[in-house]
Amino acid sequence: MGILGVRPRSRRMQVALVLAGAALITVGCGSSGSSGTGTGSTGGTGATAGLKVPTANLPVLQKIGKGEGKLNLIAWEGYLDPIWVKPFEQQTGCQVNAKYAGSSDEMVSLMKNGGGGQYDMVSSSGDADLRILYAGDARPVNMNLIPSWKQFYPAFQSPPFNTINGVHYGVSLQWGPNVLMYSKKAFATAPTSWSVIYDPKYKGQVTVPDNPIQIADAALYLQKHKPSLGITDPYELTQPQFQAAVNLLAAQKPLIEKYWALASQEIFDFKNANATVGAGWPYQVSTLKAAKFPIGDTIPSEGATGWADTWMLAAKAPDINCAYMWMRYISTPKVQAQQAVNYGETPDNSLACSYMDKIQAGSCAQYHANAPSSYLKSIALWKTPIATCDNGKPDCVPYADWVAAWNTQVK
Amino acid sequence: MALTTATGPGRQRKRDGFGLRVSAALWRRPWARATILLTPPLAWFVLIYVAALVVLLITAFWQINPFTTNIERIWSLTNFSQIFSSAAYRGVIGRTVGMAAAVTVVDAVVAFPFAYYMARVASPRTRTALFVAILLPLWASYLAKVYSWLLIFTHGGALDWGLGKVGLSQVHLIYTNWAVFTVFCYIWLPFMIIPIYAALERIPSSQLEASQDLGARTWRTTRSVLIPLALPGIVAGSIFTFSLTLGDYITPLLVGGTSANFIGNIIYTNIGIANNVPFAAAMAMVPIGIMAVYLLCARALGALEAV
Repeated sequence: MGILGVRPRSRRMQVALVLAGAALITVGCGSSGSSGTGTGSTGGTGATAGLKVPTANLPVLQKIGKGEGKLNLIAWEGYLDPIWVKPFEQQTGCQVNAKYAGSSDEMVSLMKNGGGGQYDMVSSSGDADLRILYAGDARPVNMNLIPSWKQFYPAFQSPPFNTINGVHYGVSLQWGPNVLMYSKKAFATAPTSWSVIYDPKYKGQVTVPDNPIQIADAALYLQKHKPSLGITDPYELTQPQFQAAVNLLAAQKPLIEKYWALASQEIFDFKNANATVGAGWPYQVSTLKAAKFPIGDTIPSEGATGWADTWMLAAKAPDINCAYMWMRYISTPKVQAQQAVNYGETPDNSLACSYMDKIQAGSCAQYHANAPSSYLKSIALWKTPIATCDNGKPDCVPYADWVAAWNTQVK
Repeated sequence: MALTTATGPGRQRKRDGFGLRVSAALWRRPWARATILLTPPLAWFVLIYVAALVVLLITAFWQINPFTTNIERIWSLTNFSQIFSSAAYRGVIGRTVGMAAAVTVVDAVVAFPFAYYMARVASPRTRTALFVAILLPLWASYLAKVYSWLLIFTHGGALDWGLGKVGLSQVHLIYTNWAVFTVFCYIWLPFMIIPIYAALERIPSSQLEASQDLGARTWRTTRSVLIPLALPGIVAGSIFTFSLTLGDYITPLLVGGTSANFIGNIIYTNIGIANNVPFAAAMAMVPIGIMAVYLLCARALGALEAV
């Protein structure tokens, strides 16, 4: 048969036979061993209690030497804008090579698969940081070489997601909330509660991220609306609390037309009236506003989840001097302000506010850069759900189970 | 320069002697000739193709540490038991196979008359034009094609606009599995038309004439002569449409809604979001197994033997 290039009784058919045999064997074995384990158990080794950071004792750099001429960075899209990357390259001679990642988990996997010897730094969020550093892919940082770090708000100087036992593995960057977005065509006044995205009244108009961390958003909602569950931290859920959040999302599914996987998808859906209300990032809001779409955003009374990003230093960073120059540069008030206004997030440096207003009047207040301590409390920042709860008991549901539940019970 | 011309002829003669001896040796040993010829492509096939599959198979039996997501090389069948014990994953597999089968059947039904017209009716010029029409979309980016369907299906999009013009009410297709189905049928259609065309083109006209001379009408000739002779082409096309649908995740991701969960999407989320490569590998074995069974059935039908 010419098209296939297959002749009768060819070697290819034999390969197919072998593969089929192998498949049948695995199918058989798989179903025979299926009685014991459900989707809920994925190993049970995911505790930090006995875990040590493998790289904790690596020596830190004492003095920034001559630059290596290049810097390989893994970043969120929009985090390496020429506005602040170009001046850095001119000042230091370090050529920035960007690798953009679409999810926290992609960042974890890039840091792992590059063997740590390919990339110098990653701008990961709090839900990925611990996984990166406990996997041994991050390196201790000498904070004395990064003077602007002292100007950071205290909450971001040594946050638990990038500092373990006083050892820093990177420098905090920026943070922001996951906001409730609504089309002003459909909502005359701003909704005050996340309940709108769980309300059957809005069937077919709701959109939320296609991401297991969304379970935390449901838990945050239940924390306020079902106090009997006793949720104190939306990322540390016992099995009954977790199940309640998953059930809430499963009940939400019929209301949803589309779980968005890309920011551009959500923008498209709001523009084309495929969705009128949903959860999103300030990035989508500012993009829609720039396109003159009547979009509104709010942080409802229950608060919101959010992210806090860190430039983590790779364990085997080949361009360590350039990496320190980058950390020193990116933490200065002016650069912090540039990124905050450009991307639409909140800077960690307390002196960035005045620079923000210089770039865009009113932007400091808009992104809450002047009132973080009160504002910060209303935001539950992403962190990796792990089996060990804060009280030390191994009762919490680890992230792998979040993924399994998202795929099998919610979607 | 002078040096080269001076030593040139002597060296040339020497190499001739060596070359002659090698070719003589190879002539005497046909197996050595075959080995040297076949080693590079075979090495490519084994290293790039088979080795990757073997690594996939092995990885499927490992686990990840749920916290650091480092791979732990402990052998077990946990991944497979998770897939087959969960109703949700079984549903995903069923939905994927059903979708692939539906797309294959519809594409075959659409492609057959089209290919017949191209191969046996159309003038050479029309045939060329049709070929261009079929092949041109293959030159456009896959993503551009899927996004253009998104614009057709969206609220107030081209479809709603067109239906409004003819006085029909709007249909709600975007973010449904019907949308996924439509886009799959559209995107994989050329892969069905071309093999069927190639098969139909080779059928000697004399056989169709003989059938008619023996009194068979159009339908009987189609059923008893044309389709059996074109079957290898149909099966070849179906292997493309079936396997391509089985593994695709981009179309469901973009035009599919909340129930657009297919095998490809499970693999994608497990690698891209959960970083659970072993589970993704186990899931990837499912379509491989299905395709192996499919190819065996095709062979049993004799579809791969003819022509």
